[in-house]
Amino acid sequence: MRWATATMVISVLALSGPVLSQELGDAWGADAESFLLGTYSRRTSGETPEGHKFLLAEERLRLDLSVWSENIEAEARVKLDGVHDSIDGEFDIDLREAYLDYSAGNLDLRLGRQIATWGVGDLLFINDVFPKDWVSFFSGRPLEYLKLGVDGARVNYSTSALNVEFMIVSDFRPDTLPTPSRFFLHDDFSGIAERMQVHPDTGLDNPELALRLYRRIGGFDASAYAYRGYWRSPGQEPDDYDVPTQVTYFFPRLSVYGVSAQGQAMGGILSLEGGYYDSRDDDAGVNPAIANSEVRFLLGYQRQLAEDFTIGVQYYAELMMDFGAYERTLPTVSTPRNKYRDIATVRLTRFLKHQTWMLSLFAFYSPADQDYLLQPQLDYKVSDAFSATLGANLFGGEKQTTFLGQFDRNDNLYMTLRFDF
Amino acid sequence: MKPKILCATLTLLVGWIAMTASSVALPQSVDSNSTTADVVLERSQRAYYFAGEDAKGMLRMELIDRKGNTRQRVLTMLRKNQENSGEQKYFMYFHEPGDVRRLTFMIWKYPGRDDDRWIYVPAVDLIRRIAAADKYSSFVGSDFSYEDISGRDLSEDTHNRLDDETLDDRKAFVIESIPLAPAAFTRRVSWIDKEHFLPLKIEYYDAQDRLQRIFTANVIEDIAAGEGDNSRVHPTAMKRTMENVRTGHRTEVTVTSVNYDVGLSDDDFSERHMRRPPRAWIR
Repeated sequence: MRWATATMVISVLALSGPVLSQELGDAWGADAESFLLGTYSRRTSGETPEGHKFLLAEERLRLDLSVWSENIEAEARVKLDGVHDSIDGEFDIDLREAYLDYSAGNLDLRLGRQIATWGVGDLLFINDVFPKDWVSFFSGRPLEYLKLGVDGARVNYSTSALNVEFMIVSDFRPDTLPTPSRFFLHDDFSGIAERMQVHPDTGLDNPELALRLYRRIGGFDASAYAYRGYWRSPGQEPDDYDVPTQVTYFFPRLSVYGVSAQGQAMGGILSLEGGYYDSRDDDAGVNPAIANSEVRFLLGYQRQLAEDFTIGVQYYAELMMDFGAYERTLPTVSTPRNKYRDIATVRLTRFLKHQTWMLSLFAFYSPADQDYLLQPQLDYKVSDAFSATLGANLFGGEKQTTFLGQFDRNDNLYMTLRFDF
Repeated sequence: MKPKILCATLTLLVGWIAMTASSVALPQSVDSNSTTADVVLERSQRAYYFAGEDAKGMLRMELIDRKGNTRQRVLTMLRKNQENSGEQKYFMYFHEPGDVRRLTFMIWKYPGRDDDRWIYVPAVDLIRRIAAADKYSSFVGSDFSYEDISGRDLSEDTHNRLDDETLDDRKAFVIESIPLAPAAFTRRVSWIDKEHFLPLKIEYYDAQDRLQRIFTANVIEDIAAGEGDNSRVHPTAMKRTMENVRTGHRTEVTVTSVNYDVGLSDDDFSERHMRRPPRAWIR
């Protein structure tokens, strides 16, 4: 357990003491919820680079503790998983969230580690600038594990005219990306063993900032976003492009400005989102280690086709700015990216037998990269306390160098079991 | 009185009675001959779906299959009527079971067009809209559909009054309703209590005119609201059952607590409260 994590949990519990006892006395309540979750993901062919057949085999014990006041709107919450990795035989603690909530009048405050989700995309992210765990997503862990908590403060101010949500994040957390130890993936610098990671120097004096303004406009839920922080996927810079001996992973500065809208249209739900990614450390697009600025947009539509049967479709695209400069300065060792990269998705969901069975399929396909990911899944609620899930992640593509195509050899079948108590 | 004025006065009188019906349990003074099927059902909807200006309650929903296996949902439900327009706002917060704890639904209901529906998924702090086109979809896997929970527009069916009957010592109007457009049922027969106008029993028939589902109001109690000059009584179905006779599956809903006219405001039904429901609501 990291020092930062321990400090956070203790701070939340310590801060909540004085807040709760002020004005209250005995008027408080507490609750503890837990579940046991087993996730087992087996490759359909071959072994991991380290020689295992399983991508993931773990048991998690979730402890969800909350303490609240009956007299003021305040709550302290800690959500953590005790994790046993059956492949390594190691134990670990995953602090999912640990926060203190306080509300008064039009103001809501949340302090501590917290998960936030913005934007209207379904597994496609434009204005959701928060860290994600792609390993969980590609290995079959339940969807909540795709999102990682951020450490900071969130203030929400609500009025009928406008709502404002403002976040200050003091501890930069990158996306969790697949590593060569468990995944086969494409690496421009595959021969180089010397790797270094440099994290941005964030802190209370240099935090990430995120802002969302939202209100209903013409029956649509509309939001405007602004983010000032860093790319969550690292740039890779070798010490020398011609004869590299060491690669440094670093996180360049990024600002994102965007808008989204979601509402009823044409008998279903229409979602629209757009954003401009300003890669602040490489305005001209001439540094090959830093991603160029880009524009992203998304169009989605969801509709119920029949009882308990829903379909959702999306079209998403990224358009790279300064493509000429990118091409001119691209080193020979680097795999070229397309100027325009688009993705189409389909989600089909069907419930059966009083919603005890759920069949779903989520498919990503990129016309530009010509690669895909299929995620079929079957969920069965055996009882209120016990559920089982069977699913697969099937990757493919024309080339082994595109974002999804590179995972071709990582097709897996997974099973999860959950006991609530 | 001239015929036109008489007509207008009668219309106003019927309208006034309908509006105040939910506030007062009228004695059996309604003349059977002048009460049409539409008026009875309108009063019944008012009594069942629109009682009070707003309501807050805790419900326990048990889903029981043919073999007796039970699943349980416990939820807090808030409702607010919008000023006689027929529009309503609903808010639902789930307490049990574990995998839906803290999940909230919000529905803004409009007569004559699709509802606006939102879901809050607590594990990832996500609020999104959900497609509402299908009113016949089951509500959280129960035998009640979304339409059963929030009410079906009376204008979607034609209604005929059948002979009155007595059901468990209660005198009841019997109304047959037939949908104008294809629906989940082809015929519906409702037994409406003559005193408090709540539905005592509703039978739903399928395309082959076989009995498909039966709604029963098992327990009806008077719930007091307001104080002094403002005190009112709202008859409430404290226990109700929807049984699917074809599958043998049934859902029993027990209202474990309910309060009317608690003073909910429009702002209470918002994205903000889906994320952070006030403690007083979910206690």
